Amino acid sequence: MTTSILLTGVGGQGTILTTKILSEGLVSLGYDVKMSEIHGMSQRGGTVNTQLKFGDRVYAPNIGRGEADIIVAFEKVEALRALPYLKKGGKIVMDEREIYSMPVLIGQQQYPHEAAEALKNAVEDVVIVPASKIAEELGSIRSQNICLLGALIAALDIGGVDWEKLVASSVPPKTIDSNVAAFKAGFEQVKSK
Amino acid sequence: MKRVIMSGNEAIARGAWEAGVTVAAAYPGTPSTEILENISGYKDDIYCQWANNEKVAAEITIGASIGGARALCAFKHVGMNVAADPIFTVGYTGVNGGLVFVSADDPGCHSSQNEQDNRLYAPHAKLLCLEPSDSQECKDFIIAAYELSERFDIPVLLRVTTRICHSKTIVELGERGSPKVKKYESKPSKYSMLPAFARLRHVVVEQNLSDVEDYSYSSPLNRVEMGDRSIGIITSGICYQHAREAFGDTASYLKLGITNPISKKLIKEFCAQVDKVYIIEEGEPYLENAVRALGIDCFGKEVITIQGELDAQIVRRAFGIGEEPEIYEVEAKAPARPPVLCAGCPHRGFFYAMSKHRDKILPVGDIGCYSLGVNPPFNGFDMLICMGAGFSMPIGVAKALEKQGDKRKVFGMLGDSTFFHSGITSLIDAVHAEANVCLCLLDNSITAMTGHQQNAGTGVNLMGYEAPQIDAMKLILSTGIDEANIRVVDPIDLKAMDAAITDAIAAEGTFVIITKRPCALLKEVIKANAGAHCIVDPEKCVGCRACMKIACPSIAFENKKAYIADTANCNACGLCQQMCKFDAITKVGK
Repeated sequence: MTTSILLTGVGGQGTILTTKILSEGLVSLGYDVKMSEIHGMSQRGGTVNTQLKFGDRVYAPNIGRGEADIIVAFEKVEALRALPYLKKGGKIVMDEREIYSMPVLIGQQQYPHEAAEALKNAVEDVVIVPASKIAEELGSIRSQNICLLGALIAALDIGGVDWEKLVASSVPPKTIDSNVAAFKAGFEQVKSK
Repeated sequence: MKRVIMSGNEAIARGAWEAGVTVAAAYPGTPSTEILENISGYKDDIYCQWANNEKVAAEITIGASIGGARALCAFKHVGMNVAADPIFTVGYTGVNGGLVFVSADDPGCHSSQNEQDNRLYAPHAKLLCLEPSDSQECKDFIIAAYELSERFDIPVLLRVTTRICHSKTIVELGERGSPKVKKYESKPSKYSMLPAFARLRHVVVEQNLSDVEDYSYSSPLNRVEMGDRSIGIITSGICYQHAREAFGDTASYLKLGITNPISKKLIKEFCAQVDKVYIIEEGEPYLENAVRALGIDCFGKEVITIQGELDAQIVRRAFGIGEEPEIYEVEAKAPARPPVLCAGCPHRGFFYAMSKHRDKILPVGDIGCYSLGVNPPFNGFDMLICMGAGFSMPIGVAKALEKQGDKRKVFGMLGDSTFFHSGITSLIDAVHAEANVCLCLLDNSITAMTGHQQNAGTGVNLMGYEAPQIDAMKLILSTGIDEANIRVVDPIDLKAMDAAITDAIAAEGTFVIITKRPCALLKEVIKANAGAHCIVDPEKCVGCRACMKIACPSIAFENKKAYIADTANCNACGLCQQMCKFDAITKVGK
């Protein structure tokens, strides 16, 4: 059995660090883990996808259309863009944060503000986690990614790893408290639903 | 043994260290860049450097190898074209210390200008070619590469692809072997490739390749996995993973780790045991041609695409296995999110200023962050081919325009790292040919596109030590170019930028504009601008959208007013402020 997780966001949102922490936890549990990221242009505001697969034996590192068990979206339209990768019966964990791309900023294309509603109507299992708001309240929007990691861990329901400790050892020392708090808050968002 | 998860690039660096490599050189290029970055983590054991270009990097490592050290050179696929000249001849000389070239190919053009398949270089340049299929193999194959290189007196091409370089998989770590440095002995007939010596070496090289092929038949780097014998799959690299994912145990596999020279005996034996032969490979029909040359019929490129990156689904579809997965669909469409010039990027001022004169200018682009200037609203250039061409193609374009009475001024552009890479030779030609062109050196004090690597102009080297800073201005002046035809400007200063471009259009002969402002993402720039950003006064904003013309990702427009949507990334460069005729934009927080 292989579980496939697609994390998607915009360059600078921290999808790659999130996936790194997740993969380290899964490796410590003895799983075969493969993580794939394409980051050539990531610093320049493009879409960033990281893909993680784990199980007893994983072959291809990348996830095809209709193959992801969970999509974690750090930005609203990125959830929309990643939708074709979701397996039937799969789950979406998403933040409703909106980050406008250049074609939207210069008025060439429209931002679909109704994207979350559209996704909820089409997909049975959509969990909205206001991760950027939670993170801002805890001190910095930058811990949005760790908040979503907490939500993802709750959704995956994986025990046996001290995730908070792993978070603490992976983020800058000054931000440990706010990131651990963000992780807990994200975890609760999914656990309570 | 310690199990860690690492990328293919990290594993290649680790493997080089464990193999006792002592010299490494490269020019940055996605997806290869992190190989040398990670090697610099072993700088106490491995001397490493960013070379000015891939040819120089290859020659440094060839020198190290002949001198007796185990050496590694890495480049992206197109970088190997730059390095090809020495590589084709070191194929003849062979090595002293083991020598490995790592080519990181980019099927799918994730961040490249073409999809060339560098396995084809291996038979052409007479290199032993290895293709790992995950990070563990990256490390294991590098270690094997050095043993094979020395045993068979042959340089090795370790060929990887983006999906290998940038995927993280589990690796078991080993220890560093003792640094392998062989005593240097003078052997001019082996290492000096004059015609008489080269003819003799060619005989030796063919014999060496034949010996490698014999070895390859029983090498553990190739692997046969027998499952159902109705289908036999021959594959290599990442495509092995896609094939396994698609076919599982319903097929048998010949996974080739050594893809030059290919063991003909191994291919024949495998094919004889299966009913049908499928070749699963990205890019060119490289393995397929080798199989067909043996008179064996197979299915390959007639069913599986030559373009782009493969995945398990493409493989399934090509060979008609399984059904298309069901997917969710919604009506709402996601707007495109192309990569853009960052907030505060110095290139934005250059491109905006040039766009005002676009009817009088025919611009030629180059490889770097400024490649992003091609998009609207800047439409910053008409053509882009390769590194350095931004300074040499204009010479030819200007001649062609002249022949048809087209009065437009030809502009060329490239960055500081690209200038040192190959722009300098192009500039010399432009001056020497008295070309009537304007060459723009967009100096942002770093190799930015690949993620901030040091270069000859930055004063620090890959290992983090201070290094002599090469002065681009002095190099330019040394060509003898008329000083009156040079402008040095801050590209964010729109008035100065506009004046320089106006002068360049009017000038005769070679003109040079140097834009000088460091990349907005440099740590020291971020630190210096911490907390600073622009704000728009909604009372003064009349909604004219002039500030939107600079396509800054920090400015948005809603309810007929502009506003700074992303104050975290706005660094108060002030370009938008210069665009506003109503004084609605001010800088705060400095």
